[in-house]
Amino acid sequence: MAHANTRVPDSTAVQVHGFTRGAFILRSALAVGAVSGIGAVGPFVGRAVAQDSESDGDAEILNFALSLEYLEADFYRQALELDLSAESAALARRLGAHERDHIAALIDVIDTVGGTPTKEPTFSFPINDEASFLELAQTLEETGVSAYNGAALSIESPEVLAAAGQIVQIEARHAADIAAARAQPPAPKAFDESLEMAPVLEAVQPFIKS
Amino acid sequence: MHEQVTETSTRPPVGAMEELGRDPASRKRFLRMVGGAGAACVFATFLAACNGGSDDEDQSGAEGESSAGPAASPAGGVAATKEPQPDPKAGTTDLEILGYALAVEQLENAFYADVLDSGLFRGADLNMIEQFAENEREHLELLEATVEKLGGEVLAAPKTKFPLTSPANALRLAAELENGGAAAYLGQANRIRSKEVLAAALSIHSVEARHAATLNSLAGLPPEPQGAFAVPASMEQVLTSVQRFIVT
Repeated sequence: MAHANTRVPDSTAVQVHGFTRGAFILRSALAVGAVSGIGAVGPFVGRAVAQDSESDGDAEILNFALSLEYLEADFYRQALELDLSAESAALARRLGAHERDHIAALIDVIDTVGGTPTKEPTFSFPINDEASFLELAQTLEETGVSAYNGAALSIESPEVLAAAGQIVQIEARHAADIAAARAQPPAPKAFDESLEMAPVLEAVQPFIKS
Repeated sequence: MHEQVTETSTRPPVGAMEELGRDPASRKRFLRMVGGAGAACVFATFLAACNGGSDDEDQSGAEGESSAGPAASPAGGVAATKEPQPDPKAGTTDLEILGYALAVEQLENAFYADVLDSGLFRGADLNMIEQFAENEREHLELLEATVEKLGGEVLAAPKTKFPLTSPANALRLAAELENGGAAAYLGQANRIRSKEVLAAALSIHSVEARHAATLNSLAGLPPEPQGAFAVPASMEQVLTSVQRFIVT
């Protein structure tokens, strides 16, 4: 239980035994991004805002979110091909259904703001059993929360920001659900981290086949 | 802040706000509730939002009994639409939103303090509640510091009373407060002007969501009761729903 004055980014302590490069990079990105909290919000905001110079910024952010939702939805689809417990299978089905709804909604919103929805890539995930599924699920959902929380700061349109908020709250609930399934603390920190787009995209790259 | 006051006089208050506006006791209670900086201005803003100061509130049922929050779209989807929307930031300031968030956190802190005093929980559940209480304490500290940084005044927390009769009952109440807290932050996110305040609010919002999902599960409720899209709550919805815990 971190004390306010000695708040240490927990992600730096995340295991890095690295069963794949992708998962390792994701963890590293989370660790680097683990700068939330009172003192650290300012510098991050400066960088996040600096990213946002084009007027079509919202479409770009939405496509970034869409990429992550494609990734998560396909991850849960592939997980359901594994031999999972009934509880974990139900979790994968429920969370996967939410992510597919997020995809549909994001495509609508991208159309609304005059953007072109990015195409769905094909993915490959290093999961082969329940434990590796839950472990990577945790990493992906934590990444999702941090990615939305970071990207939201650059969103121009209040409507798009509202939509992103409606989605990130669900990603956070997912992260807590998975933590519970892994007997991990569901809310180990008082403040969720923010991540910029670039490190997130770099981190998920190893999962993208084409 | 003062231009909002003039807007409030254009139409009479309705519904819960009518009661708050007319009944000096409930108005006083509300003013205590909102606690933070410029409470009177918050009240004025609140009225403005309820009475046509912002059209999006009107469309989505702030006047009626709609179960969905102001920004919720009808089909449970997301809020963005093609039509130009009124600026949700109209008629409010970050300091007012921070004062409101502070009141929500004060309530949650008071609740967890009572739960920890109650001795209702042991073992893993107690550890979890202690963690959540600690999270909320840090939220309160950040909001107090931010209110003071922006030149506002942090008022004392309202006096509260929670019906803690059994562990199951306390878990349900905790779930209600945390779902409400998450919805409260979600309802304000796109009304915040400062990126720094927004970053702080978002980093708190998703932690409230983690608490809510966990407590829902323990209380036998779905962790995502609203499905794939969380539904925001307006200030008036939140403040109305927590009034029964405020002791006058």
